[in-house]
Amino acid sequence: MAASLVQGAVFTVMVVRAGMLRDAAFEAELAEQISRSPRFFLNAPVVLDLRNAQAFASAAEFAEARELLRRHTLMLVGIQNALPAQAEAAAAAGLAAFAPNSTGPRRVRPAAEPMAVTEPTAVSAAPPQTAAPAPAPPAAQSASGPQPALDRAPVKARLISQPVRSGTQIYARGTDLVVTAAVSAGAEIVADGNIHVYGPLRGRALAGAAGDTEARIFCRRFEAELVAIAGRYLVSEQMPPQQRGLAVEIALVDDRLTITPN
Amino acid sequence: MPAKIIVLTSGKGGVGKTTSAAAVAAGLAMRGHKTVVIDFDVGLRNLDLIMGCERRVVFDFINVINGDAKLNQALIRDKRNDNLYIFPTSQTRDKDALKRDGVERVLDELKDSFDYIICDSPAGIEHGAITALYFADVAVIVTNPEVSSVRDSDRIIGILASKSRRAEHNLDPVEIHLLLTRYSPDRVEKGEMLTIDDVKEILSIPLLGVVPESESVLRASNTGTPVVFDEGSPAGQAYLDAVARLLGEPRELRFLRPERRGFFRSLFGRA
Repeated sequence: MAASLVQGAVFTVMVVRAGMLRDAAFEAELAEQISRSPRFFLNAPVVLDLRNAQAFASAAEFAEARELLRRHTLMLVGIQNALPAQAEAAAAAGLAAFAPNSTGPRRVRPAAEPMAVTEPTAVSAAPPQTAAPAPAPPAAQSASGPQPALDRAPVKARLISQPVRSGTQIYARGTDLVVTAAVSAGAEIVADGNIHVYGPLRGRALAGAAGDTEARIFCRRFEAELVAIAGRYLVSEQMPPQQRGLAVEIALVDDRLTITPN
Repeated sequence: MPAKIIVLTSGKGGVGKTTSAAAVAAGLAMRGHKTVVIDFDVGLRNLDLIMGCERRVVFDFINVINGDAKLNQALIRDKRNDNLYIFPTSQTRDKDALKRDGVERVLDELKDSFDYIICDSPAGIEHGAITALYFADVAVIVTNPEVSSVRDSDRIIGILASKSRRAEHNLDPVEIHLLLTRYSPDRVEKGEMLTIDDVKEILSIPLLGVVPESESVLRASNTGTPVVFDEGSPAGQAYLDAVARLLGEPRELRFLRPERRGFFRSLFGRA
């Protein structure tokens, strides 16, 4: 069935404006920034924004850009805001075409601003309204210049204030899930982000469903049948009985589900 | 006052839906309200037996839905109370015969001449049970104090909140009540049964009544007499209390003993 073959997912990808690549200072600036948080940038995907960039009309130029970014451990994966000819050349160079940002034209940054290199943006294979739970990358926080203002509304957590009854499934796509009532045995709550339950958690809770290993589950009364984070799971039989009924936090530590009373 | 449609439902079978439907309907009739009780358990016709009118059934609910009989040909008036009518179902058909628009037409017609329409739901969460609860204004969740019954009740409450007519049309939600039946204070004391608080805590819906496990219920079923007509029995009185609460009159809970440590707690307290 097509529905199971094609799944939507939302990612955070850095966008580099094409004009920057021609700037002599760019490489040095990029190298300096990467040296501050090398792990963050290691093999990180990059999208090239071609808005107002007249060049990049041949596959060779895209290959060159790819080489340049590769030298700095970045991977060019696609382009956006391309003219038709540019899009064709990019496709020939094996680059994907990403939809333009749903927030409309980007702001023009003052030339003096040193940190024009990276900026988180949501690139979505799913409908655009399901924006990514995009945390600002550490790079943006360590930037010496002024913090760039968020140009997207923050993603709202999904809030459920009715009891989640047995047999019901609730999925918070691309965001956190907050349940202020009980989650019954036989119910299933799923979130791509974190899960917070303020009533008793008696059913199943699956956080980080899209693979986020940083996701956590918080609950006030832990009586769950099953908990899972990014695919790692525990059934109630495997849970320490002395933690039943307590307020706990569940996280993935060294690839193991860890339940901590709090 | 427009007629109220009350469904008695549970998910699980054998918890006392039909007994309770008969008792609640008879109780409302005793309080002077014109009441009809409909058997939605097509193919497993029991309500007529519990009501003691099985030998008077000619036409049934399905005949009326299909237009083969008129409503007044199928309705059976109770011999003990003039306000009480029984609407039996077919024993030969199955639940697929419950067409939603047909059911709606029959219920609309009943609304003109009754104060309360009591729907006795079949067990399960399939077509028959869904059709029985679909048009409800009020749902009475019949639950026994044991874990499987409570879980099934929880499931059916979820269905009421998502698949009923009121949910689908964004009307005020179905008013939901808990009726705890076959409650045995002795077994609760021994920790063999969930306590009232355990069940209330899990289901978090208001408690309409607690009916004690009682010989009189079995006797009532076997003689085809709704248990409320046996006014001296604890179960009969408990049902009459529940009917009073349904009518908005506060009543103290009776026939319970003080509870101690709950079964649920002790279950989870162990490894």
